[in-house]
Amino acid sequence: MIIEILNIVLRFVLLIAIQVLVLNNVQLGGIINPFLYVMFLLTLPIQLPRLLLLGIAFVTGLTVDLFQNTMGMHASACLLIAYMRPSWLKMIAPRDGYEADASPGIRKFGIRWFIVYCSVMLLIHHILLFNIEMFRFSEFFNTLTRAILSSLVTLVLIVISQYLTSKPTDRNLS
Amino acid sequence: MRLLFLLLWRNNFTLLFVVLQSFCIYLLVQNNKFQHASVLNATNAGVTEVMEGVSYVKEYIHLRDNNQLLATENAALRNTLNTSMYISDTNKVDVNDSIGKQQYTYVTAKVINNSVSMRNNYLTLNKGSLDGIHPEMGVICGSGVVGIVQQVSDHYCTVMSLLHTKSRVSAMIKRNGFFGSLTWNGEDPHEAILSEIDKTVPVQKRDTVVTTEYSSIFPAGVMIGLVKEDKLNPGSNFHAITIGLSTKFNNLSYVYIIENLLKNEQRNLESTTVQSNEQ
Repeated sequence: MIIEILNIVLRFVLLIAIQVLVLNNVQLGGIINPFLYVMFLLTLPIQLPRLLLLGIAFVTGLTVDLFQNTMGMHASACLLIAYMRPSWLKMIAPRDGYEADASPGIRKFGIRWFIVYCSVMLLIHHILLFNIEMFRFSEFFNTLTRAILSSLVTLVLIVISQYLTSKPTDRNLS
Repeated sequence: MRLLFLLLWRNNFTLLFVVLQSFCIYLLVQNNKFQHASVLNATNAGVTEVMEGVSYVKEYIHLRDNNQLLATENAALRNTLNTSMYISDTNKVDVNDSIGKQQYTYVTAKVINNSVSMRNNYLTLNKGSLDGIHPEMGVICGSGVVGIVQQVSDHYCTVMSLLHTKSRVSAMIKRNGFFGSLTWNGEDPHEAILSEIDKTVPVQKRDTVVTTEYSSIFPAGVMIGLVKEDKLNPGSNFHAITIGLSTKFNNLSYVYIIENLLKNEQRNLESTTVQSNEQ
């Protein structure tokens, strides 16, 4: 249990650091900003109490906001996906449900499930985020393209980092 | 009443979501109103420290470019020195020059936070009120205009970048002196728009655009960029000119903050003139 918590804290620090120190300085073609830190929220344990999930999402978003000078933007987007995550997980649950201590992961649930799970969450997050930043509807489609392209890049980054960090034996055990 | 509490308790998940979300909206609105004043408060001391570390690494990465930039700038400055002028007058007499009075002073500052991808971009510099910085001072770099100082704390200041939807800089075409106002279109960090130039004024591609002295923020003649594209819309009396900015906002690391020592004098005179005419 304690190891689990330490693991989560470590992942938080690592992902925020990567986001703030590296990815915030990356702009592909001037319009795409990947937000890899969302992966932290996506891979939290499934059975985590929902209130705690909201709290964690809020803190995560606010931390990124502090470094981006965008108070409230990321926090708001993170809160929305944290709010929708439990219902979304229930909707796409495998036939025999989730195990008690499972966390969403690519090795455990397979790449197709994982991509479906992540892409919807990322799209919601990015679309809200980019629209708050623009704060006008006149350029909605322009913003939408930016959001979709950025979520695609984020998704690719998440899939790659999942393959890099999780052990291949996980799936055989489960 | 008990029933209400019971209802709220049963929906505690949604309730917490709504509460936190409204807090976010409060933060957003608050920050729009005060133009990132909270960037500079005490809770952010740790953040600025991290940012300083990041800029330290970035600076190292851009060392080569910056050296080159400084070298070209040095060369340009050397060209303006008296010693590099050919003096044709053989009867040269040294005089104590009382004609020139210092109007602009420059302070160098390091960029410790910067963005170009957002709609409203800001920079953070490592000079603050203790270094004599105050709001509305101009910021330039070796290659062109950067922005205008907005908020100042003891050791840092934030700058509204030229890449900000609300930034307006008075600019003129160097060749013929006609002036207009420069804004950013909110998309490309390499381009800006020069408007309010009359249709009858001839504008060519690659004309140099520089600052004017009218705003009393920048000295006249600081490079802004070159004319990239010029459209004449029928039905409008003005040019729609796109300018390729000469400043590379992507890798700024050292900039100059400009103080206009005569600014208050100019502003006071202008405002009293307006007031006396209104009475």
